[in-house]
Amino acid sequence: MDLSQDRKSRSAGAPAPAAAPSISGNRGLEIEEPLIFEQGQEGRTGVDLPEPRRSAERLGAMRRAGKIGLPGLSEPQVVRHYTRLSQKNYGIDSGLYPLGSCTMKHNPRLNEKVARLAGLVDLHPLQPVSTVQGALALIDRLAHWLKTLTGMPAVALSPGAGAHGELCGMIAIRAALEARGERGRRRVLVPESAHGTNPATGAECGFTIDPIPANAQGRVDLAAFKQKLGSDVAALMVTNPNTCGLFEPDMVELAARLHESGAYFYCDGANFNAIVGRVRPGDLGIDCMHINLHKTFSTPHGGGGPGSGPVVFSAALAPFAPLPWIVHGADGLCLVEHAQAAGAGSKPFGRLKGFHGQMGMFIRALAYMMSHGADGLAQVAADAVLNANYLLARLGDVLTPAFAGPCMHEALFDDRFLKDSGVSTLDFAKAMIDEGFHPMTMYFPLVVHGALLMEPTETESKESLDQFIAVVRGLAERAKEAGAAEAFHGAPYFTPRRRLDETAAARKPVLRWRPPQPASQAAE
Amino acid sequence: MLKFTQDHEWIRLEADGSATVGITQYAQEQLGDVVFVELPALGKEVAKGGDAAVVESVKAASEVYAPASGKVVAVNDKLTGEPALVNSSPMAEGWFFKLDLKDKGELASLMDEAAYGKFCEGLH
Amino acid sequence: MRYLPLTDADRRAMLQAIGVGSLDSLYRDVPEGVRLKAPVELPRHMGELEVEREFQAFASGNLGTASMPSFLGAGAYRHHIPASVDHLIQRGEFLTSYTPYQPEVSQGTLQYLFEFQTQVALITGMEVANASMYDGASASAEAVAMANRLTQRKKAILSGGLHPHYREICATRGRWANFETVLAPPDPRGGEELAGMIDDKTSCVVVASPSFFGHLRDYSALANACHAKGALLVVAVAEVVSLGLVKPPGEMGADIVAAEGQSIGIPLSFGGPYLGLFAAREKFVRQMPGRLCGETVDAEGRRGWVLTLSTREQHIRREKATSNICTNSSLCALAFTIHLSLLGEAGLTRLAALNHANAVELAERLAAVKGVEVLNKAFFNELTLKLPKPAAEVVEALAERRILGGVPLSRFYPESPALSHLMLVAATEMNTQGEIEALAEALEEVL
Repeated sequence: MDLSQDRKSRSAGAPAPAAAPSISGNRGLEIEEPLIFEQGQEGRTGVDLPEPRRSAERLGAMRRAGKIGLPGLSEPQVVRHYTRLSQKNYGIDSGLYPLGSCTMKHNPRLNEKVARLAGLVDLHPLQPVSTVQGALALIDRLAHWLKTLTGMPAVALSPGAGAHGELCGMIAIRAALEARGERGRRRVLVPESAHGTNPATGAECGFTIDPIPANAQGRVDLAAFKQKLGSDVAALMVTNPNTCGLFEPDMVELAARLHESGAYFYCDGANFNAIVGRVRPGDLGIDCMHINLHKTFSTPHGGGGPGSGPVVFSAALAPFAPLPWIVHGADGLCLVEHAQAAGAGSKPFGRLKGFHGQMGMFIRALAYMMSHGADGLAQVAADAVLNANYLLARLGDVLTPAFAGPCMHEALFDDRFLKDSGVSTLDFAKAMIDEGFHPMTMYFPLVVHGALLMEPTETESKESLDQFIAVVRGLAERAKEAGAAEAFHGAPYFTPRRRLDETAAARKPVLRWRPPQPASQAAE
Repeated sequence: MLKFTQDHEWIRLEADGSATVGITQYAQEQLGDVVFVELPALGKEVAKGGDAAVVESVKAASEVYAPASGKVVAVNDKLTGEPALVNSSPMAEGWFFKLDLKDKGELASLMDEAAYGKFCEGLH
Repeated sequence: MRYLPLTDADRRAMLQAIGVGSLDSLYRDVPEGVRLKAPVELPRHMGELEVEREFQAFASGNLGTASMPSFLGAGAYRHHIPASVDHLIQRGEFLTSYTPYQPEVSQGTLQYLFEFQTQVALITGMEVANASMYDGASASAEAVAMANRLTQRKKAILSGGLHPHYREICATRGRWANFETVLAPPDPRGGEELAGMIDDKTSCVVVASPSFFGHLRDYSALANACHAKGALLVVAVAEVVSLGLVKPPGEMGADIVAAEGQSIGIPLSFGGPYLGLFAAREKFVRQMPGRLCGETVDAEGRRGWVLTLSTREQHIRREKATSNICTNSSLCALAFTIHLSLLGEAGLTRLAALNHANAVELAERLAAVKGVEVLNKAFFNELTLKLPKPAAEVVEALAERRILGGVPLSRFYPESPALSHLMLVAATEMNTQGEIEALAEALEEVL
């Protein structure tokens, strides 16, 4: 027989040899990638631009002298560089991303397609209004959907993100109070469980923040609230469902007491996904609510933004909404960009953002809404709540739920299940990363010790949840074993980078690349 | 004389009559790695229990309150470049600021070392 | 429904595992009276084909800059974006990832933000930059707030050459956050002198380079005047391609730069999402708003990146934060970074030269049109024209001739008769000789 062709294969029983050390620093598809500044060369470019048609200059004496210092790279190098960077990231497309209060739902690609249509993507914001009636109609349609879903009569679309929307709402409240001649109302009540943006926003508008404790069930303590009410209270800021993933059952009572005492009711709509299409916040008596289009309405998180934070208003606050407004005029839709043109009784409080708002996100959100429809959106909320309760039920015996169920769209646990194990919430989260999951939100809300807040969203299948549950159960059991803590402290092991030294980063901040010093200078 | 507050600041009367203020061993342990200290301006008047400085770890910023009223006459500039001194030597090299006290009598109500030790044991 | 994986069988099994009979039990905390009994009054769900048709209908109701000559600027610019940019930003690991709070699985985002911060510092000539803000306009308001904190003063002087939206936003913030903004009158001819207005209550002076009206000025003397009184100079840049050719704010003594990055990598998209760039002197870094990405090492000593100096931010400092901001404009920052990586030094310089050359051609051709006066001596790619008729009418007439000819000043200053005959025109690398000729001929007809 011919044995010259070396095609031996080993049976599965034989032990696999250990890997030799890497020569390049790479490990298979995990590739080390330097900065663009470390790869650039003069004479390389990724674009081919024509010669200018003119050489005459009219820059005054303002021509730039000296080099900027940007590296030159070819297109293949740039594409490879950013492709490699992308491979170091986890996204919703990679797997379950159970970050509480972030609503990491699937980002439909249809939305990306329609946002790029000619006739939408290439519109300049300052084109004559007669040339953009379709764009204004789109924005008007989105406004209609938001108002109908929330049961509120007015909406300001310009804020660029949730925190910007909060600012919008709180300034509107200040403007309304001033219009009533009530400048003395400077106190804003904020639950202790609130997201940090709430008190930060209140302070930015010149309010003082007065925290309200939560009761034993994790909701706003109604008695404490009533006690804190006074003639100097401007507003209450409540997240509903709240940051513990629970519906605030006293919303209507809170609204009634607030309005009776002359104050306003701000609602943080970050958790709208739990109730969209099933409850209208307007029916609860709120005066304004910001909506995160990048949460409830699927616009992509993109690594941290851009977002969009429209704010719905009650009739009491509507006159103060910031510019610009879209109104139906005699000749079609028009943009009101100046207070003088806003009409009798209107007192817009000013402008918060350049141009008209995050149009790209409006398009994506409206495509999402139209895809789901009224029936689909109600199902979104139902499935979001169902998925979270499934996690709570299936994990409630190995983890320690912070509050008795049921929850809304997110399940909150504390770190009592890790007591005396030597494993912290942080360690537990890092171990989850090794199992191929992005961890849940850690250490938020602050009212619960070592919090773990899980929001699966409605776009996770039961199979995906079951896999997640199995991993969390396994890790929780492992954490209780004697001597297990050390392994947890070293996690994650399998990621492009192990745990990073955040202390060093904060003590000696290095916030940009600088060209290395020549050897003689470095030695000094 | 070395005294302690319930907010984990210490205050030490020096031979020259000034008072040095810092945070305790317990405090630095709870904080974790200190990354930055915001010191008060020289000449600032502080009230007992009022905001005096801020100590930052990676994930938290904590107020440091003045244990007694007075005027800030010195600050520990070394902490700007080496905030880790607060962790390694909280009672000595990691001192924050010195005060010219308004009323030494304010120190009487503070805990001595033994009382503070008992107080810390009771926490948790 | 295509985005909802749960089947009715799944739902039944899950309700059973939870131990409730129906979904309604999970909503038991919601008062009966506010639970909707029927779906809200909005259309039912639609398939992709139907949704696409809806949006084609919206799109066909518009005439965009891709379908006709455009000379519109005034804070948003029509530039060419290389094809690779949009492909790369749509990779799922970029598009669908979150803020990099778990750095071990976000080194991609963190590395590009570090590259972005470096690029922004380099082009503006400043020492340090953050990981982006919503847009140039709101970044300028954050710059004023930062100057107020640094100087412990509460009065900002806003140049008459600053974009009117930037001015309005700063003024709005000042009104409700209790600081004063002094608005110098609009400065179409570029001759304003602000130094005399600075006193010991001034926190900063905010100017634009190029100015809103297209003028180029060296602000070094103004920077000195500010510093002499303990105030800061904030420079806003609405057209960042100018930084490829024009002296940057860092070389004029700027303390803080707030810029709009849309011109590099980001489509016009009717005004958003855009990209705020924010840079400052290193000594001010702890008072900077927004996210910051910093370099460090991991447990094995390898270089990596993390978000840092977080104690400035809302999630830690709460009411004492430098700003309430949570989100940045990450994906737009990625588009900017990729485009600028493709351009490189040579490309950005050439791109800026193309813009300027086309603007020079535009200026010369329009100056030859009877009745048109070009107000700018020096400019980058944008000019102010004085017309013999109200500019708003002229712009409408040009639109009827399928030319987006410019932005009338009355769009921003409707109550100002002195500005009613003024129009802003911009030329970029996308304007051909044919387009410039078409605009000139159309103007000749209309005027």
